[in-house]
Amino acid sequence: MSTLTAPKVDAPSMAPTSAPYGLMAEFRTPAEIMEAAQRVRAAGYRYWDCHVPFPVHGLDKAMGVQRTILPVLVFGAGATGAVVGFCLQAFTNAASFSVWALVWVTGYPFLISGKPLMSVPAWIPVIFELTILLSALSTAGLMLLMNNLPRLSHPLLANNRFRRATDDRFFVVIEARDPKFLRSKTEAFLKSLGASHVEVVEDR
Amino acid sequence: MASHSSMSSKPSMHHSSATKGFVETDNTEQPIGGRAPLVLNMHRFGEVTHQVCRVAESKPPLAWYVAFVICLGMLGFLGVCVNYLIFTGVGVWGLNNPVMWAYDITNFVFWVGIGHAGTLISAILFLFRQKWRTGINRFAEAMTIFAVICAGLFPGIHVGRVWLAYWLFPLPNSMEMWPQFRSPLLWDVFAVSTYFTVSLVFWYIGMVPDLATLRDRAKGKFQQFAYGLAAIGWRGSMRHWHRYEVAYLLLAALATPLVLSVHSVVSFDFAVSQVPGWHTTIFPPYFVAGAIFSGFAMVVSLAVPARELFGLKDLITLRHLDNMNKIILLTGCMVGYAYSMEFFIAWYSGAMYEKFAFVNRAFGQYWWAYWIMVSCNVITPQLFWFKKVRTSIPLMFILSIFVNVGMWFERFVIIVTSLANDFLPTSWDQFVPTWVDIGTMVGAFGLFGVLFLLFCRYLPMIAIAEVKAVMPEADPHPHAHGAHAHHGGSQEGHGVPSGAMPAFRDPRSSEGQP
Repeated sequence: MSTLTAPKVDAPSMAPTSAPYGLMAEFRTPAEIMEAAQRVRAAGYRYWDCHVPFPVHGLDKAMGVQRTILPVLVFGAGATGAVVGFCLQAFTNAASFSVWALVWVTGYPFLISGKPLMSVPAWIPVIFELTILLSALSTAGLMLLMNNLPRLSHPLLANNRFRRATDDRFFVVIEARDPKFLRSKTEAFLKSLGASHVEVVEDR
Repeated sequence: MASHSSMSSKPSMHHSSATKGFVETDNTEQPIGGRAPLVLNMHRFGEVTHQVCRVAESKPPLAWYVAFVICLGMLGFLGVCVNYLIFTGVGVWGLNNPVMWAYDITNFVFWVGIGHAGTLISAILFLFRQKWRTGINRFAEAMTIFAVICAGLFPGIHVGRVWLAYWLFPLPNSMEMWPQFRSPLLWDVFAVSTYFTVSLVFWYIGMVPDLATLRDRAKGKFQQFAYGLAAIGWRGSMRHWHRYEVAYLLLAALATPLVLSVHSVVSFDFAVSQVPGWHTTIFPPYFVAGAIFSGFAMVVSLAVPARELFGLKDLITLRHLDNMNKIILLTGCMVGYAYSMEFFIAWYSGAMYEKFAFVNRAFGQYWWAYWIMVSCNVITPQLFWFKKVRTSIPLMFILSIFVNVGMWFERFVIIVTSLANDFLPTSWDQFVPTWVDIGTMVGAFGLFGVLFLLFCRYLPMIAIAEVKAVMPEADPHPHAHGAHAHHGGSQEGHGVPSGAMPAFRDPRSSEGQP
């Protein structure tokens, strides 16, 4: 909640009361952050990230981000959708037994114009739609889940300067939990990357 | 940004239509088709942010209030009509024995069709790497959502006993009855509800980064809270962006076959039946082409006033409109082809009823509806062969309205003429709409308008992050001779850095390149 409202004044790099979340370096162009990302990666940091207003082409590769397995999971969800679609129709239109689906339900064999009970070709549209539905919902849902979203509170969101990460500035953030993180050294390192501004992000 | 608009619109128009000249005309306010950059007069990312966000942050222009009040009135009338219908029964419509579907299903098909352009722009053009989609995709997607809401209204209320509309879905019930899955009407339930859900997800996921932008700019407590909630904690993390981009690609790949399937399934409502004039195999592709045709016309009808009102001419440029008009021309030709092919097959099949149905369409009791349809849908788009027409704002607006009217009549002609004069002449009848029919149709436009105006007022109308990503300044590897792009704001007046140009070359407008 606190991050949704305006933070008061953000303290510049001296406020050593509690352990900080990390260090944040601001850059002005995609080219600068690209170079910075390559060097942060080469320096061996593990818990760090770039925050950019739009996906900078090739930045994920420069950071060494592994390709997500999302498509594989979505394929699974799509296949589930197809199976559910088939079973739903086969049960409700061609079966005469009961199953428990929260309540006990019984199938109903529809006999219409002498058509076969298992009218699979006529079931294709619904199978298709359920395949798409489950795939799309799981694409969105899994993407958010894997990104640890929705998240209504985050130390970075409490930082005033960070607001421009969704506007026109490019940030490199190295977290304090990184084994290589040493406040003075990391700060000097970030400055050496050509950052226009470096500051501590408090963990609130 | 609108300061130059009055001074040099006419001469620059002429200038541009003479092949080259997008570099010289860079500073003219009137955007010119064939110009390479997709974002005019802006070279800093912050400018794009500001241009889009200020629409949601400042008070809307007077015209917005006027339009909103009018649409709200129409929506109120829709409420009256729908309530009257529910409390009285479907007899308040002009339906009769052979014509059991008329305005309700016409409006349903019309609105579903409108929605398809949004998905085409957001999904299919994305897969084809058409970068110009970024300027228009957000509000075209919004149009899709609102159009499908309008569409969903009609089957919902025409079922008669509205309070039993949930019977459309396979839900356990005490009668132990299930829907009949061999029926195209049930396929429609699944197709349209899937379409709505997927479009909504696609729209929302695409909007999350821009909602975060609004959150981070918001001044008021309430705005910060509301946008903060909607932005679900988006921080622009590149690790997030990575999955986000994959997810977006997947959603586009899923929405593409979906949009084709939805209008195919809608056409099955007719094609699978045995009514002459409906029972044709051409229906699925013909309906899909018609849907895209009408949808793009609606996008133009909305984009023209929206860019005018909210000062978005630098982002929705004439080039975007020109491209859309080309798609209207293409799909209009497909629709015209389908009309003639239907006639040819009706004759070629040798089926008496089929032949009669088509001759009756053109020369029977609804001849006027047929010829309105033909003149609006076949003749009107042909004017878009001329670049002058494609790049004239007033002309394209008028023509897009014509196309919308024509496409409404297309559905009316298909549905009503086929039913009114079917197999048995003794049961022929004529459909005459009542005031409730007309009121519901008009009211649906009110519903659409209210939703769309609210969207324009409170949400990012243009995909800010996506527009930034297609700016030449977004290139992280500026080429040697374009290296001055490093210095952020130092290149105003240079036009597009030449190193980044190839990314912006639209293959179809390459004649404008030096």
